[in-house]
Amino acid sequence: MLSYLLRRLAASVVILLLSSMMVFLMVAKSGDPLATLRLNPHIPKAVIAARSAQLHLNDPLPKRYWIWISNAIHGNFGLTIGNQPVAPQLWSHMVVTLEMVLIATAIAIVLAITIGVLSAIRQGRTFDTGAAFTNYLFISIPVFVLGLVLKEFVAIPINSAIGHTVLYTIGQQSPNLSGGFFSRFGNYAGHAVLPILTLILVVYPSWSIYQRSSMLEALDSDYVRLARAKGLRPSRVLIRHTLRNALIPVTTVIALDFAAILGGAILVEQVFSWQGMGTWFLGGITNLDVNTVQAYLLVTAFFIVLFNFIADILYGVLDPRIRYG
Amino acid sequence: MATTAFDQAGAPARAGGPLLVVEDLEVDFKTAEGTVHAVRGVSLRLNPGEVLGIVGESGSGKSVTAMATMGLLARSAVTRGSVRYRNEELLHRREKQLMPVRGKAISMIFQDPMTSLNPVYSVGWQIAEAIRAHQDVSKEEAMRLAIELLRKVGIPNPEERVTSYPHEFSGGMRQRVVIAIAIANNPEVILADEPTTALDVTVQAQVLETLRTALQVTHAALLLITHDLGVIAGLADRVLVMYAGRAVEVGTVDDIFYRPAMPYTIGLLGSLPRVDTDGSELLRPIPGSPPSMVGEIAGCPFAPRCPRAVDICWESEPALVPVGAAASPHLSACHFAEEVMRAGEPLFAATSADTETGPGPELDVDTDGHRPEHDMPSPEPGYVLAEGFGRAGPGEYEIPLMEEEARPGEEPDASRHREET
Amino acid sequence: MAEHVDLRPGGRTPPQVGSDRAGTPPRRKARRGWGKPGKLPVAGGESRHLGDEHGLAGDARKQWQIVLRRFVHQPRAMISLGVFALLGVGSVVAGALWKYSYTTLTDQIAAPGQGAPSWAHPFGVDPIGHDLFAQVMQGTKEDIQTALLVAVISTAIGTTIGALAGYFRGMVDPVLMRFTDLILSVPLLAILAVLGNIAAKQSGSWLWVAIIIGVLAWTYVARLVRADFLSLRERDFVEAARAIGASNRRIIVRHLLPNALGPIIVNATLTVANAILLESTLSYLGLGIQPPQVSLGTLVASGQGDATTFWWLFVFPAAFIVVMILCVNFIGDGLREAFDPRKTRVRA
Repeated sequence: MLSYLLRRLAASVVILLLSSMMVFLMVAKSGDPLATLRLNPHIPKAVIAARSAQLHLNDPLPKRYWIWISNAIHGNFGLTIGNQPVAPQLWSHMVVTLEMVLIATAIAIVLAITIGVLSAIRQGRTFDTGAAFTNYLFISIPVFVLGLVLKEFVAIPINSAIGHTVLYTIGQQSPNLSGGFFSRFGNYAGHAVLPILTLILVVYPSWSIYQRSSMLEALDSDYVRLARAKGLRPSRVLIRHTLRNALIPVTTVIALDFAAILGGAILVEQVFSWQGMGTWFLGGITNLDVNTVQAYLLVTAFFIVLFNFIADILYGVLDPRIRYG
Repeated sequence: MATTAFDQAGAPARAGGPLLVVEDLEVDFKTAEGTVHAVRGVSLRLNPGEVLGIVGESGSGKSVTAMATMGLLARSAVTRGSVRYRNEELLHRREKQLMPVRGKAISMIFQDPMTSLNPVYSVGWQIAEAIRAHQDVSKEEAMRLAIELLRKVGIPNPEERVTSYPHEFSGGMRQRVVIAIAIANNPEVILADEPTTALDVTVQAQVLETLRTALQVTHAALLLITHDLGVIAGLADRVLVMYAGRAVEVGTVDDIFYRPAMPYTIGLLGSLPRVDTDGSELLRPIPGSPPSMVGEIAGCPFAPRCPRAVDICWESEPALVPVGAAASPHLSACHFAEEVMRAGEPLFAATSADTETGPGPELDVDTDGHRPEHDMPSPEPGYVLAEGFGRAGPGEYEIPLMEEEARPGEEPDASRHREET
Repeated sequence: MAEHVDLRPGGRTPPQVGSDRAGTPPRRKARRGWGKPGKLPVAGGESRHLGDEHGLAGDARKQWQIVLRRFVHQPRAMISLGVFALLGVGSVVAGALWKYSYTTLTDQIAAPGQGAPSWAHPFGVDPIGHDLFAQVMQGTKEDIQTALLVAVISTAIGTTIGALAGYFRGMVDPVLMRFTDLILSVPLLAILAVLGNIAAKQSGSWLWVAIIIGVLAWTYVARLVRADFLSLRERDFVEAARAIGASNRRIIVRHLLPNALGPIIVNATLTVANAILLESTLSYLGLGIQPPQVSLGTLVASGQGDATTFWWLFVFPAAFIVVMILCVNFIGDGLREAFDPRKTRVRA
């Protein structure tokens, strides 16, 4: 197991390094962050030159990469185009996004596995057919459409039916929030329900479909037949033999989808006006804020690689053939 | 009807009556192409301590019969008839109601040891799980018993290997583990579904020996399903030959090997390479392939492949009736059972097993059922219907294979296995 | 196994060669070792021709017929195909024949109490006065042509990379697969946003959007084709082709690719759905198709603010996106079923 983990860890580090180079090159080549300044005749050349030096725009690319990555490792992501340090902005936006993404992922995993398992053991019956249709429907709705529908056609009618706002559609909390713990928590929850629900509905269907087919494969396997032939309780056959084995391939699929969830989070934040990493990143793109965009891409790459590494560990724990392979 | 005939002619009842009785079992599968009649009325009884072999080609319904007995068929399978263990009906029981029977009274050994063990648990865990399903013992005690079982089935260093995972074992070793699971609760009946088919030839003999040991330890009766007549000859007391979802011949090992009364059985015997002769005999394989099991079959299902087939064979399906002496438990489903049995001569054309011997005999058969030999004259005893097949030289197909073998007191195919063991 | 080894170039010459020349094919051996009777494992020049072209072509034609029949017998997939075709053809025809163009400013505008769908404007008008039906049709057309081009580009790239990695293994495989991992290490949408922003400055046309998505969306196809090739290359008919001296290129193109075509086609279909999703998302964010061009994503973006008052501005473009993606997914599902009924069969 140890050698397997070390191998995976080494591979993860290599991917992350390569990814940082790719991100750096792509963004560095994507445009001139000082273009607007240069066009402004009122700004003296010296200021532009100073800013240019500050952003290391005149250095050769390998040198710029080296300066950037060695600072980034120490938590310093440089200055934004507005001359503010990137790091504090990054951390505060990241917390908002990660909370949403992790809660949504956890719920989506449970939902997908439950629906997948139930569909498989009720193959061809009403539940299975209904679940399949729902899966296809949600797979086919883009995140922003789903978010907007929930916002405009679900939350607003519910709120007006109740008489006061329960489901908030803008921001992650009300401004100038005060009051006791419970009222504050209620406010957070009221803001979080719709964005998290949107994200869940976007990611769970493909996992559920995968879980179903993986369950069906396990149910049809010889080892499950042998487990039944042993005279085990049906629940034991289902959980210890079928589900346990069916989970192995699903971990990989979920891990691979983590990137897509972060992508989806960009849109959810956009639709619900959350001040998360995604909104911050889109702002960086429109402002040609090189350091902001690079910081976002590096950090998401880190989380994606980390998530895949965790999945590798889980894979090893779940499957002895990997552990001792 | 075939059933009644067979009931009368079942093996001599021993004390306590039969353990397992299957009556008129029918299994259908609904598929997109139509209903597949996988088993079309099979009846058998298994007495305590007896070994009953079921032989047939793949697709003949022998595995489905075993799966139906254990209640392991898919939900899409429709079963009719009766499967009784000690007079208790097993068919149509719910999964929960089968729990006390499975693994305790009847246990099963599957065909492919590479896939029948769960890859994520150690072999000891899987044996202990089987023990604890039916015996009230602690986990530690179950593990200790698992080590004992591994020792019994011949796994070296069982104390160490008990924590190994299936992928660390070879195919033969895995099948031993499956056998250990099968005997973990001293069952009275073991169903072995092609237990050696997926294994290397050298390992097959070892696993068969393990199976023999398992029978000695448990005194269980064995339903041995195989397409390998050699395996049958070495282990079975009685044999049931299946074709197209039905029993076409039933009898003792001697009946089947020395007095076959169904052309299909003769064909199976002729397809068997032998090492107990000087090697001059040629293989006499059955031409064609088994019929599709979709839809109804009119006439004898073997007729399209049978060298003796005449009009009646295409019109009515023969019942399974006693042949030979009236008291004999020898049954055959052939319109010409008596003649076939008396003839005792090769029925199928010989073929060379070795294509390297030049432009020798070549098997050239229409597989789509067109057979120009249909309207051949009614077969006489001793008539050799080989001319139509291939271009075998005259000297080759006339070698009277069966006649020579049919010396009583000899067990030709068992010897093969003793050599290998 | 031994018989395959014999047939490798440089291995022992199979004894059948002589009899083959004499005109008697080694039937028994062929039947046992090779699944496809059309491809005889013989080294003679003439038989190579026969084995390769005629046998395979015959088999293939029959197989396509079976696939087609299975597909046609699925009502859901057929209806979806019909709807999708209708949308595709309809959007082109409507663009040419409808009385308004998507840039026309009509004399009506969306304002409180007016601009809703009517006989004159079936989908209503927007606050500036555009006829929404014309705009939705134009957006649908842009979306479909973008998605189809994406599917072509990414399937071509993914198949090539996957085929090379799966066939050559050695050093090629890890290099190409790490490259794939690299693309997957950042959210696709984030890279597309960065690149889309660059492209949007140059030209906001669908062509650029399609190229950007196409050159990044191939990772799944690549993994799929690689996995298929890894198992296919071990099969007997590849061994046979190698034995008769077929080049790597020929083996890949004529033997492996046809056998992996089913999953590739299914996946290409699903790529169309994914491309519609990505394109409309990018356009929604303002990083895809740019005004004055319209796409369904830009229409949703401009309609979202008034979604409760001028519902038609949001509902029609959004519904068209969903219906298109749903149809393509159902078509893909039907194709999967047609190519490989095992995967979805009822447990037996």
